[in-house]
Amino acid sequence: MTDATHSPSGSSAGRPTVVLVDDHGMFRAGVRAEIGDAVDIVGEAATVAEAIATIRHTRPAVVLLDVHLPDGGGPAVVAAVLPEAPETRFLALSVSDAAEDVISVIRAGARGYVTKTISGADLRDAIRRVADGDVVFSPRLAGFVLDAFRDGEGGPRAVVDPELDQLTPREQEVLRLLARGYSYREIGAELFISIKTVETHASNVLRKLQLSSRHQLTRWAADRRLV
Amino acid sequence: MTTSTAPEMGIPRLYRPVHGRWIGGVAAALADHLGLSRSVVRLAFVLLSFSAGLGLLLYGAFWIVVRTPPGEVENSRRAAAEYLVALVSGVLVLLINVNALSRGGWFVPSVLACFGGALIWRQASETERDRWRRLSRNSLAAGAFDRVGLLRLVAGVALVLAGAIFVVGKAGFSAAGVVLVAMLVTVGGLALITGPWWLKLVRELSEERRERIRSEERAEIAAHLHDSVLQTLALIQRNAASPREVARLARIQERELRIKLYGAGVPNGQFGAALQAAAAEVEDTYAITIDVVAVGDHALNARLDALVAAAREAMVNSAKHAEVTSVSVYAEASEAEASVYVRDRGVGFDPEHIEGDRQGVRGSIVGRLHRQRGTATIKSRPGEGTEVELRVQL
Repeated sequence: MTDATHSPSGSSAGRPTVVLVDDHGMFRAGVRAEIGDAVDIVGEAATVAEAIATIRHTRPAVVLLDVHLPDGGGPAVVAAVLPEAPETRFLALSVSDAAEDVISVIRAGARGYVTKTISGADLRDAIRRVADGDVVFSPRLAGFVLDAFRDGEGGPRAVVDPELDQLTPREQEVLRLLARGYSYREIGAELFISIKTVETHASNVLRKLQLSSRHQLTRWAADRRLV
Repeated sequence: MTTSTAPEMGIPRLYRPVHGRWIGGVAAALADHLGLSRSVVRLAFVLLSFSAGLGLLLYGAFWIVVRTPPGEVENSRRAAAEYLVALVSGVLVLLINVNALSRGGWFVPSVLACFGGALIWRQASETERDRWRRLSRNSLAAGAFDRVGLLRLVAGVALVLAGAIFVVGKAGFSAAGVVLVAMLVTVGGLALITGPWWLKLVRELSEERRERIRSEERAEIAAHLHDSVLQTLALIQRNAASPREVARLARIQERELRIKLYGAGVPNGQFGAALQAAAAEVEDTYAITIDVVAVGDHALNARLDALVAAAREAMVNSAKHAEVTSVSVYAEASEAEASVYVRDRGVGFDPEHIEGDRQGVRGSIVGRLHRQRGTATIKSRPGEGTEVELRVQL
């Protein structure tokens, strides 16, 4: 998993550098206690402005980013920092599970999404994977993507790039297994492909989610109220 | 907003200075603004006053319209004196001109109207003035852009013209003039005098209504928090020794709040909501966490009812036998078929050797679905968890 060529500084030592962005001090303290011995927490921030300053200053490998922040929200942080620090990866954490929040932060450029009820071990694993350049799909996020890219839904589509506007059958299979709670390793075994191939499918899906011009995607997310 | 942000360069803004003025600071303000000597401007005002009081009138108008610099507070006694002086100078001008212009009949009411308008303008706060400026711009500009606005403008002008023609034609200009002017003066005067008061009243009413709605919302949220969240927190404190019970209570509360906030999971006759409800029930009964991910949806029917019941049974099995704290459920529904996957990472078992007391699997899951021409596949191995795949055609 540790591939030095696409690992940002900090993760090569095995302990990725992390900045925590969440407006609840109690939650930050809890996360710090859970992951503190597996990663280097180099900064914390409670607002969008603080987060941007801290990330600029510390250049972490991974930013654990709350989707909801008092002065703008996670997408604002990603949009502000990503152009100048492309090596920084964002892992979105949210308590709301609303499609709108999830889709907006992923489309802003986050590399993964997990819910705040995730276990400490899973969170550590997710951070390590994001630091190594992989994408992290929670079952819920996989479900959202499957739902958003389903055929026969919505009205006429304005297809600019047809390739970006649909998932290949293989990608759908991978997503279904992710939604069923399978790990990358288990998916590889199930589909008789390597873990690297599973990762490639997953990051292709994320790219499609970010770049698709599928015009109902944002509206779909806004309309959908699912917990 | 655009009007109040004057350029800060070169020419000083037109403000009546608070210091170094003789009466209202009008002459000083104009002199500073135009880069002239203050004495020259004062002399000009005095000279103009001999021309039928024009200087006085201009001075009063500037006094009313031009503000003092922001931040500089005027002596309140001085401000009161200003009104008095303005009033006296206005009356003075009227008296000077009353002989020359009495036959025109229009002069007195227009001066009164100007005076009243200026009074309202001065009483209004800066934000109100900005709003009025915007409003007047909008209603004028609306004629050009907005069809409804254009219609309103045309209708208004037509009505005014029709009224004027009617009155003039009926009564002749001279007779109509007197009555009309008297009426206009009365109505205008009333409007001018009570205008600010009306504006204030309307604003206060709407503010009060907003405040009431806000406080009602607050009361409702407080009541809900008291009924549910505080009770749950009390229960959690009493059960602090049992992590499983604490997790169960927290989970119940979380679900309740989500329903309250997002309205999700409320039974609505759809497959997805029914599955969520079944999962919630199992969660509460067996103190485990069940994450349900549902893609697509379909209205409930006999087959989907059976599918939900079978899925519920599979969740109960995982909860009872797998020795895990969480179970994942994935459901997908389309027009043609629906499927549910119930997966745990627990102890697993050998599906070939289902014990006699585990009737749930055979009867409640497999049998139930077979009756609806569905299928149930159980994948499990000791130590590797269990996944139950349930599928029905629609």
